[in-house]
Amino acid sequence: MENVITNNKNAAVAKATIPVIEIKDLHLSFGKNEVLKGVNLTVKKGENLVILGKSGSGKSITIKCIVGLIQVDKGEINVFGTDITKLDNTELNKTRVRIGFLFQNAALYDSMSVRDNLGFVLKRHSVELSNNEVEEQIKDILESVGLIEAIDKMPSELSGGMRKRIGLARTLILKPEIILYDEPTTGLDTITSREISELVVEIQKKYKTTSIIITHDMACAKFTGNRLMIIRDGVIYAEGTYDELEKSDDEWVRSFFL
Amino acid sequence: MNTTFVEKKENLIQYFKEIGEDVGNVTLFSLRFFKEAIQPPYEMKEFVKQCYIIGYKSLPLVTITGFIMGLVLTLQSRPTLAKFGAESWLPSMVALSLIREIAPVITALICAGKVSSGIGAELGSMKVTEQIDAMEVSAINPFKYLVVTRILATTLMIPILVFYADAVGILGGYMGMNIHSEVSLYRYLAEVLQSIKFSDIFPATIKTFFFGFFIGMIGCYKGFNAANGTESVGKAANSAVVTASLSIFIIDMIAVQLTDLLI
Repeated sequence: MENVITNNKNAAVAKATIPVIEIKDLHLSFGKNEVLKGVNLTVKKGENLVILGKSGSGKSITIKCIVGLIQVDKGEINVFGTDITKLDNTELNKTRVRIGFLFQNAALYDSMSVRDNLGFVLKRHSVELSNNEVEEQIKDILESVGLIEAIDKMPSELSGGMRKRIGLARTLILKPEIILYDEPTTGLDTITSREISELVVEIQKKYKTTSIIITHDMACAKFTGNRLMIIRDGVIYAEGTYDELEKSDDEWVRSFFL
Repeated sequence: MNTTFVEKKENLIQYFKEIGEDVGNVTLFSLRFFKEAIQPPYEMKEFVKQCYIIGYKSLPLVTITGFIMGLVLTLQSRPTLAKFGAESWLPSMVALSLIREIAPVITALICAGKVSSGIGAELGSMKVTEQIDAMEVSAINPFKYLVVTRILATTLMIPILVFYADAVGILGGYMGMNIHSEVSLYRYLAEVLQSIKFSDIFPATIKTFFFGFFIGMIGCYKGFNAANGTESVGKAANSAVVTASLSIFIIDMIAVQLTDLLI
């Protein structure tokens, strides 16, 4: 079953060659601590790119730079062909609407119910929608992540896996072309991690999204990634498919697959 | 001994440097508030919600403290005034003390404790759990939605709460008067209203707008700029109360000096 899904997604990705995200020579420091020392990467349309690396190697920082949450010191971040480091806030927001971001802890708004978490974002970007249409879209998205029954719950009433799914639903409600996942399976049990990984692949197929997935979970990396990159000391150290990297000559790279 | 002196000197320089940086950052934060408050879109729904939380939900606390302020002030002042045979001045003295000084400062201090710390903790925890980042990546302006609405709500609600505390405090004073003697409500209120002038109410009202602005602004600043980690949420809330309370006394001191000069 897993192989079938993997083969299908690789075939779909092979057709796509247009780079949706292109990062060139990205540098970032926090005081004297140089976190990114010249990251270069390209993500093609429809591709799921997994980024691996040790804690503190700059993985999450890299995707936060892509949505403009962190200002870079040097380098280019081309998203849909536009360098987002040169955009003003209004222009950046237009690009942000096309990018979804799933935070490590889902970052659901604590004071709002699941319905309001989704509606809050949708109403602001689709003012023309009536209340009934908003409700319909919320229910559709919740059904697609398998949590329609949680619509009236508050975030505090949800389990870790449910929070991730609702976070994903909130990300999907604006129909983004790119989704950035920051450790989507961290803190979840094996079964729930597997369900979230399946959901990531399902979303890629159903919504034709391009994704970057930051993870430490090798099962998730294997299942979701069309291509993998390993970041070390602020630069991309290795790149390839799961199988290629697993058989790498480099002992440090292989240590991720043990 | 020399090393200790140098260390102390460096620590002192560092301390003042940090204060200077904080003042600069708060100034920039305030300027951003004015810029964002003027520019549309306006977050009316959230503003009304915050007015309800800050204003309506503070009513029980303000009612109790306002009433006790009036009652205690009357009971404490009566013996001194009685010594001079000036008991009849009690209603006007209580009303003027409440309106000009006690009700604005005490209500603002209570709100600094309840509202400013609440805002600091709420925004701090939103920052730590990346909810503010989540708004930003959804192309929603978190400053406008979270900060502008809260500062505007405190600026509007604190003066209203102070007016309410004035009224409740005056009623408390009436109760205090009736513990030792019998005075009709009509006569008491007539005495109170006769003694209050526009020049008593106007400066006191103006300063409450500043109290409200600083209570909201400091709470938002501390929460919005909380560092990572849950510990920083507590620190943001604590620091918001201390700074807001201190700023209330400073504003009050300036307001009293200005009132003396101008009126």
